[in-house]
Amino acid sequence: MLSRTADNLYWIARYMERAETMARLLEVGARIALLPSSGHGYRSEWDSLLQASGTANGFAHKYGDPVQRNIESYLFFDRDNVSSVASCLFRARENARIVRTALTTQVWDAINTAYQELRELERTPRSELALSRLTEWTMRHSAMVRGAIDATLLRNDGWDFLNLGYHLERADNTARLMDVKYYVLLPRIEFVGSGLDNYQWTTLLRAMSAHRAFHWAYGGEVTARKIAHFLILNPQCPRSLISCAQGMNDHLDRLARGYGKPTDAQAKARLLLSELVDGSVDAVFDEGMHEFLSRFIIQVAGLAACVHESYLSGDVR
Amino acid sequence: MTSYFNEMFQGDAVRSPYARLEDWTRSMPAELRQMKQAEAEALFRRIGITFAVYGEGGDPDRLIPFDMFPRVFTNAEWTRLERGIKQRARALNAFLLDIYGRGEIVRAGRIPARLVYQNEAYEKAVAGIVPPKGVYSHIVGIDLVRTGPDEFFVLEDNCRTPSGVSYMLENREIMMRMFPDLFRENRILPVDGYPELLRRTLASVAPVKCDGEPTVVILTPGHFNSAYYEHSFLADLMGVELVEGQDLFVEGEFVWMRTTEGPKRVDVIYRRIDDAFIDPLCFRPDSMLGVPGLMDVYRSGGVAICSAPGAGVADDKAVYTFVPEMIRFYLGEEPILQNVPTWQCAKPDDCKYVLSHLAELVVKEVHGSGGYGMLVGPKSTPEQVAAFAERIRIDPGNYIAQPTLALSTVPTFVEEGIAPRHVDLRPYCLVGERVELVPGGLTRVALTSGSLVVNSSQGGGVKDTWVLAE
Repeated sequence: MLSRTADNLYWIARYMERAETMARLLEVGARIALLPSSGHGYRSEWDSLLQASGTANGFAHKYGDPVQRNIESYLFFDRDNVSSVASCLFRARENARIVRTALTTQVWDAINTAYQELRELERTPRSELALSRLTEWTMRHSAMVRGAIDATLLRNDGWDFLNLGYHLERADNTARLMDVKYYVLLPRIEFVGSGLDNYQWTTLLRAMSAHRAFHWAYGGEVTARKIAHFLILNPQCPRSLISCAQGMNDHLDRLARGYGKPTDAQAKARLLLSELVDGSVDAVFDEGMHEFLSRFIIQVAGLAACVHESYLSGDVR
Repeated sequence: MTSYFNEMFQGDAVRSPYARLEDWTRSMPAELRQMKQAEAEALFRRIGITFAVYGEGGDPDRLIPFDMFPRVFTNAEWTRLERGIKQRARALNAFLLDIYGRGEIVRAGRIPARLVYQNEAYEKAVAGIVPPKGVYSHIVGIDLVRTGPDEFFVLEDNCRTPSGVSYMLENREIMMRMFPDLFRENRILPVDGYPELLRRTLASVAPVKCDGEPTVVILTPGHFNSAYYEHSFLADLMGVELVEGQDLFVEGEFVWMRTTEGPKRVDVIYRRIDDAFIDPLCFRPDSMLGVPGLMDVYRSGGVAICSAPGAGVADDKAVYTFVPEMIRFYLGEEPILQNVPTWQCAKPDDCKYVLSHLAELVVKEVHGSGGYGMLVGPKSTPEQVAAFAERIRIDPGNYIAQPTLALSTVPTFVEEGIAPRHVDLRPYCLVGERVELVPGGLTRVALTSGSLVVNSSQGGGVKDTWVLAE
């Protein structure tokens, strides 16, 4: 298929997934902020959220102090913020419009409906929009788009590029969401293992819609080690880093088979996966959670660059 | 008071092709009609057909109003039209091949050399080139109006990239979805073979260097273009790639497209961008839409471009007046479809006549389109007429004038019920190894009462166009 078409498909998925993550981040922030301030204050939590989403500088430049209302606007509606839910959905829809021929009517319909409704939301007074409604709305539409892709799209190379986009973005985003937790807690080492610590971990699970699943899988008390295992190393968890890495490998392998030749991307993806397969929670904590996650995020970015070179840039030989 | 030919009613009698539609309208009370109309609009919006017809500009997300009352031709009427349209498409192509070759028609004194070789649309860069199968214009859109049972006039020819064909297909699709009974009761010839015919036509003009199954692509200016929907619609129905200039490059003697598996050779380009933009090395150097070096490959027979660069000279409004002459000259036949008598303001005598009869004429700019910059004399105030006369005096060469034609009417759903509205017709004739025409076209309708301007930018709408089986 045309490299540009593949690129558009890949970015539809990345933007859709990113929009969903933004909504999840907002939920994490809002829930943590509901907790009575325990000395280090609510301000730093929102701040860590902006840090984790990579939007802190942009926000500071536009608004200054992190006030919840402004953060909500900035992360959901603001088109100046390239990572806001609105920016992501608009670009996903624009990409979809360009490659209408590579999508089914159902997929287009799902994306276009989200876009039309978003334009409605933009016209609605903010005071009438509860944050929970916005985050639920985002997750519902992202699920509908994914459902339409799963149920109707031809399983050709375009499908692989879409899914590659989803898995790459999700790997990056799960790592970032976990990092929020790191930013919130690290400065106050004495909180580790406290009620606050557990509350924050639980919130993180909730935001990943993995709260119940976690209990089914592990039972008992919520601990940092269990959660780290769940979100990093457990292939049963659909958002875990290992599941994402597995997904990237599956779709890259399908591409290599279909095209009759592998590229550097396959090798890189296999390396990423094997590290996780061989990894353990102890190793992660020995390295330091933040250090591990930062390294992982950089590796994923490297793989994304490699996918671009190997398939999407149009300079493939 | 001019009398207009009503395609459905002759006095109180219903003309035969519309016989069954009378019951249909009777059986549809106002509420049902409004519901159906809303349903049709929702369908259009859902599909995403929101584009302006070529060169008319305007908001790309705007919907062109769809009128549910179909326009109907008998098989006999269509057979004659078809012969006339194909005849014209053949003559226009013969003309193009000739003027970029030996120029026999000019040598024979049948058309002034100045009009051809000094024409802005004459592309010196392609002189001497014989495109595959000798075809320059592969899709000829011929705008027709009707003034009586057997009187059809050609308003203009579109030899470059006439648009609107997706409306022809979608109008039919939506009518069949909403009124399946109508299609059971009337025997209506299908138009849905168009995309396949188009693909075959394009494949039939593959260049000599192409061995094997030719790779066809549609070249679009991009998704910001108002007709982008149509480009992607046709690509989808033909099963070919929709490419932008940046997706193509020239290497060796061929054009390639950039794919995820590496370069893939392209043999036939159905371009939907203007000559000026297709190759910055040959035409406008500031064009970002085209492919550098494309013309070199074209010249050496490595790729076919449809329509071929230079085709525009045949649909110039001043050249138009000579099309009947072309038909006689190249085909040795008498024109089946008539031209509208045209006065060219560039000629002093014509200009004098035009200025003294402005109130009864339609005046157009030579290179204008979309219903802009024109004067409809009988529908204008004396002040408007006077102002337009001044513009003609300043630059007479820029204007042509035609008598105000009594455009036929077709019943149309309007607020008050059903009323006659003026229509025109654009069929799409395909020219490749063979000359093909699907039985139908795009009927445009002037929705404003009394208006003779059917352009969508001026309040025009579209109708499904039926050709009945024998």
